[in-house]
Amino acid sequence: MMKNLNKTTKDNLITYGMVIAVYIIVEILLKAGMISSLLQGLLVPLCVYVVLAVSLNLVVGISGELSLGHAGFMCVGAFAGAFFSNSVKDVITMGGVRIFLALLIGAAAAAVFGLLIGIPVLRLRGDYLAIVTLAFGEIIKNVVNVFYVGIDGSGIHISMKDKVSMGLAADGDVIINGPQGITGTPKDSTFTIGILLILVTLFIVLNLINSRDGRAIRSIRDNRIAAESVGLNITKYKLMAFSVSASLAGAAGVLYAHNLASLQASKFSFNTSILVLVFVVLGGIGNIRGSIIAAVVLTLLPELLRALNDYRMLIYAIVLIAMMLFTSSPAGMAFRERFSLKRLRERTKEQKEEQ
Amino acid sequence: MSFLSYLINGISLGSVYAIIALGYTMVYGIAKMLNFAHGDVIMVGGYVALTVMLNLNANPFLAILVAIVVCTVLGICIETIAYRPLLGAASPLAVLITAIGVSYFLQNAVLLIFGSNPKSFQSVVTFGNLNLAGGALVVSDEAVVTILTCVVIMVALTLFINKTKAGQAMQAVSEDKGAARLMGINVNGTIALTFAIGSGLAAVAGILLLSSYPSLTPYTGSMPGIKAFVAAVFGGIGSIPGALIGGILLGVIEILGRAYISSQLADAIVFAVLIVVLLVKPTGLLGKAVQEKV
Repeated sequence: MMKNLNKTTKDNLITYGMVIAVYIIVEILLKAGMISSLLQGLLVPLCVYVVLAVSLNLVVGISGELSLGHAGFMCVGAFAGAFFSNSVKDVITMGGVRIFLALLIGAAAAAVFGLLIGIPVLRLRGDYLAIVTLAFGEIIKNVVNVFYVGIDGSGIHISMKDKVSMGLAADGDVIINGPQGITGTPKDSTFTIGILLILVTLFIVLNLINSRDGRAIRSIRDNRIAAESVGLNITKYKLMAFSVSASLAGAAGVLYAHNLASLQASKFSFNTSILVLVFVVLGGIGNIRGSIIAAVVLTLLPELLRALNDYRMLIYAIVLIAMMLFTSSPAGMAFRERFSLKRLRERTKEQKEEQ
Repeated sequence: MSFLSYLINGISLGSVYAIIALGYTMVYGIAKMLNFAHGDVIMVGGYVALTVMLNLNANPFLAILVAIVVCTVLGICIETIAYRPLLGAASPLAVLITAIGVSYFLQNAVLLIFGSNPKSFQSVVTFGNLNLAGGALVVSDEAVVTILTCVVIMVALTLFINKTKAGQAMQAVSEDKGAARLMGINVNGTIALTFAIGSGLAAVAGILLLSSYPSLTPYTGSMPGIKAFVAAVFGGIGSIPGALIGGILLGVIEILGRAYISSQLADAIVFAVLIVVLLVKPTGLLGKAVQEKV
């Protein structure tokens, strides 16, 4: 049956299969009690990072724009989702339903921000675009950091100064508390929901890439002028990739928020955006499966190096540099070319033919 | 009067940003890469100067000199080990990631050596604050020295680039690497020289910054680094007067924003102004618009 499918479909099926296989194995190990509590705590963050990496790859790899503000969208999604869950905590008591709705709301909020930011940003190119996405990410973080939102009988109160100036009634609840952020979000995130979110993300991204729109997006990346001259609407397609990516990052943020008892805007700094970018680049720009593997390996790596204590982040940094030199430098590529098994096999075949 | 004093503080902070931004802008101009580790070189410079001052009881000038030398050597090492092998890489992102790796490396190496507790930096400027207008306006000595240093560095660097052979070689390499090589210019050497100058300047900037804001941790360099990067883009990346203007504007906006609007939103205001400028002038204030050829 596999023979009848074309190459991309087969490739995509392998990606889905990989995720499902990992899920089954982890569930079995969990049931058997063979996963340490430390690793168990990492399962949901792993899903969050995988979704972030896949969604960022849509912008960096498929659309070809360097974005350094991915954490900003994650922040919007996280706060929108956590705000929703906190305010309906007593109305909707089923965790699954609540997080499903929160995911939708977080994704929608982040998509709106993606559109709003994308319209001006996508006029710029290259490094200038990168710096503006960085700036937007920092602005979102800073603004959320001074946001106070509360609810009482008369509705929602918002302030950007302090708790008192919201004018909350005595029985009101402060939900977003400035720099202290949101506390008491129900812990609705589970590994299963995380895996489902990864599968949905993959479904959206892989289908987008292989659709007519996706081909348009890739053609703009490869040659903007040629794409424009055959009548493609550059802004429309760039905006499409950008906002889909933003909304998926928002969903990842919701998952992240529902895994933590307290959530502050300072968690979504520039460093988070960079971390995700590292996953994308090391996994291979434009390679979705690579992003997944890189996100998992690089999140686990510091934990696996825990035995080395203080040295682990140092080693992480060295591994990062060494990997980049090995995979991307001309010398490293020549080295791999010389010693790769595939080449070796080809060479022996050639020699045989000569004889 | 308080406005004037904020303004002077802003110009002083902006001068630090301008000196850091010079390093970014020169490296970008010549190697077309964003050197994310630049901010951490500032931090290393701070630690070196502090160690020399505390442990060797040396006078501040010696400490500054040692810091500059160490950072210059560090800059050359970073360039040779982490960046030069990627010079011909297919994707410009590869070198961005190694820059991030170098940044992590420096932060964690310093963390291992000095620990994570903030260290209090000793000001290297000790001739006392200036009282102007009969005591109504107090200007800190650090601010005066910072602004003067920035002016001296700007003038010296402009002369260096326009009048010396090495400076001309830098311009040639940033214009066209291949043609420069054919003219007999040592391209790798020139790039290394650029890194050396940028890193040396980072050490100076670090010491000036820490003299005014004396808390030093392994992560001290990253935010000024990002701000200086913003300043470089603001003024038009690749342009030296642009770095000066961008840096000073950024510093003034930050300090005035902090004083008059909101201390928590100061960074957001800085970034918002950057976005507005880039939307109106997509290549920064003094950047050259490059015509795309079909």
